[in-house]
Amino acid sequence: MPTTRIPPRQRLTLPLLLAALLAGIMALAYFEVIDLYIQTIILFIGINIIISSSLNLVNGHMGEFSCGHAGFVAVGAYVSSVITVALFTSDRVFGPPLLPPQLAPLGFPLALLAGGAAAAVAGLLVALPSFRTRGDYLAIITIAANYIIITTVINIDTIGGARGFMGMKRVIFAMEEVAEIPWMVLWVFTFTILSLIAIRRFVSSTYGKGIIAIQQDEVAAEMMGVNTNRIKLVAFMLSSGLAGIAGGLYAHVIGYVNPKSFDILKSTEAMVMVYLGGMGSISGAVLSAILFTLLLEALRPLQIIKWIVIPLLLIILMQFRPEGIMGNRELTDIFPRLKKLHRFK
Amino acid sequence: MFDTLLQNLINAMQWGSFYSLIALGYTLVYGVLLLINFAHGDIVMVGSYIAFFVATLFLGHYDLFPVALPGPLVLALTVPLTMILTALVGVTLERIAYRPLRRKGAHRLYVVITALMCGLILENGNLALLGASRKKFPELVDKVIYTAGGVSVTNLKIAVILTAVLVFVGLHLIVTKTRMGMAMRAISYDKFAVPLMGIPIDTVIVFTFVLGSSMAGLAGILFALSYPILDPYMGLSIGWKAFIAAVVGGIGDIRGAFAGGFILGFVEIMVVAFFPSTYRDLFAFTILLIILTLRPTGLFGVPKTTKV
Repeated sequence: MPTTRIPPRQRLTLPLLLAALLAGIMALAYFEVIDLYIQTIILFIGINIIISSSLNLVNGHMGEFSCGHAGFVAVGAYVSSVITVALFTSDRVFGPPLLPPQLAPLGFPLALLAGGAAAAVAGLLVALPSFRTRGDYLAIITIAANYIIITTVINIDTIGGARGFMGMKRVIFAMEEVAEIPWMVLWVFTFTILSLIAIRRFVSSTYGKGIIAIQQDEVAAEMMGVNTNRIKLVAFMLSSGLAGIAGGLYAHVIGYVNPKSFDILKSTEAMVMVYLGGMGSISGAVLSAILFTLLLEALRPLQIIKWIVIPLLLIILMQFRPEGIMGNRELTDIFPRLKKLHRFK
Repeated sequence: MFDTLLQNLINAMQWGSFYSLIALGYTLVYGVLLLINFAHGDIVMVGSYIAFFVATLFLGHYDLFPVALPGPLVLALTVPLTMILTALVGVTLERIAYRPLRRKGAHRLYVVITALMCGLILENGNLALLGASRKKFPELVDKVIYTAGGVSVTNLKIAVILTAVLVFVGLHLIVTKTRMGMAMRAISYDKFAVPLMGIPIDTVIVFTFVLGSSMAGLAGILFALSYPILDPYMGLSIGWKAFIAAVVGGIGDIRGAFAGGFILGFVEIMVVAFFPSTYRDLFAFTILLIILTLRPTGLFGVPKTTKV
C-alpha cells in the first residue's frame, strides 16, 4: 500500500498541543500559580487515566471481567518505590544510597518501567488461568489475585508489611537537587501519553485486532487463526504492566504506600471508571478518569455523604445511559473533524 | 493433638456455615439472572442491623415498646421479622436498580457495577445514618457449653451449623421439587422462551430475591449472635469471600455454594490454626486459585460446550 503523505499540520498538531499543555502545566507549577493541591489533582487525573485505560484494555476491548486491577497497581507501586528508595536515598532498612543521588532523574523512569515489568509478571497470575477459564470464573481469579498480592505485601516485613512503606518523597527531593522543576508533573504526563499511545497502537494494529475478535467470539477468532492464548497473555500483561507504572507514579506522588489502599475498593474505582466511560473506548476511559477524579475532589467537603452521592449518581447514569458516556465509540467518531488533528499510525 | 484438630474442625464448620448461607444467596440470584449481586454481602450487614433494632425494640430499649420480653421469645420474633424486612430490602434493590436495566437490555456487567454501587450506598448510608459508633448485639439466649473430651461446643455453634444444613436442604427442595423452582431453572436455561410459555418472569425473579435476601437476613442474625460487634463494613469482606466460595463450588449450583462455603471456612480456620493469622487470605486464595485452575468451572459446575 502506498503511504499517503500526511500534511505537516496534521502530523504535528497533536504532539504540539500536548507539548504546549505539558509546558503550560509545568510553568504554572514552577511559578506556583497553581498550588500543590491542584497540582496533586492534576497528577491524580493522569494516574487514573492510565489505570482506567489499561483496565479498559481487558474489560472493554477484550470483554473479560477483571476486578482485581488494584493488585497490579500495588505491585508496580511497591517494586518501583523499593528500587528508587534503595538506589537513591539513605533509608533505615536499605542503608545508604547505592547510586549517587544525582542519577535519580535518570533512574526514576527506569525504576517505573521495572515496576511495570514486575506488575506484568504478576499479571501472569491471571493470564495463565485465563487460557482455560472464562467469564465469571475468571473474575474470581482476578479478585483472588488481588487478595493474594495484598496479603503477600502485608506478610513481607522488610517493606513495612501492613504499616506501609515510605521514603519516596526523598527520591523527589533528590531529583529536585539536580534541577528545580516539578518532576512528577513531567513524569506523570509523559507516562500517561506513552501509555495511551501504546494502548491505541496495540488495539488498532492487525495483531491487536485479535483482542476485539476474542471479545466478539473466542471460538470464531481461534478458527480464523488468531492465537487466542497468546493474545490473552499479551493483553493481560500489557494491561497489568501499565497498571504497575500507574502504581509507581501514585506511590511517588503520595510519598507513602499502604497495602490497604490497593484493596477491592480501589479495584472498584477502576471498574467504575471503565464502565462510566464506555467499554472499549479509549477516549471514554480518559474522559471518565478526568470526570471521576474531579467529582471525587469536588465532593470531598461532603465527607461520608460523598460515598452515597457518587454511587447514586452512577446508578442514575446507568439508568439513563447504560452504555456509559461514550459507548464503544471514540471521540473521533462523534466529532469526525478531530481526525484532522492526529494520526497515530 | 487430635482434640485441637477436632475443635478446629467444629470451628471451621461454624465459619463455613456463614460462608455457605451467604454463598447460597449469591448462587440463587446468579443461577436465575446470571447477575453477580455484589450488594449481597451488604444485605447481610443490613440484616444484622435490622436484627439489632428488632431485638432491642422487643427488649424494651425504646419508648415505642416499653415492655421487655424474655430473650428466647425475642429471638423467636426477631428471626422471622428480620428475614421479612431484609427480603424487602433485597426486593427494593431489584425493583429500583436492576429491573429497569434488565428491561433496557443493558450489558450485564453494567448491572454488576450497579450492584456494586448499591452495596456502597448501603454501607455508607448506614455509616452516615447511624454514625461510626459500633453497635453491640444483645445476648438473647444464654450460652451453653457442651464439653466432650477436650472439645467444647456451644449451643450457638450447633444452631448455626444446623441452620446452614436445613437452609441448604430447604432451598434444594424448593429448586428441584416445586413449580416455582422449576420456573427458576427454566429462566436460567432459556430466558427468552420462558415468557412465551406464560411464566411470569418478574414474579419468579422477585421470588428469587426474596429467597436470597431472607437467607442473607438469617445469616446476618446468626453472624450478629456469634460475633456481636456490628459495623457498617462487616459485610464487605465476608461478602466477597462468600462469592468466591460460590464460584469455587460452581456458581449457579446450590450444592456447589454449600460445599464451597465449607471448603473456604475449613481452609481459613486450618491456616490460622497452624500459621500466623496474617497468612490466612494468602493461603485461602492461593488454594482457591489452584482449584479453579484445575477445574475451571468449579467443583460442581458442568463445563459448557460451545457450539459454532
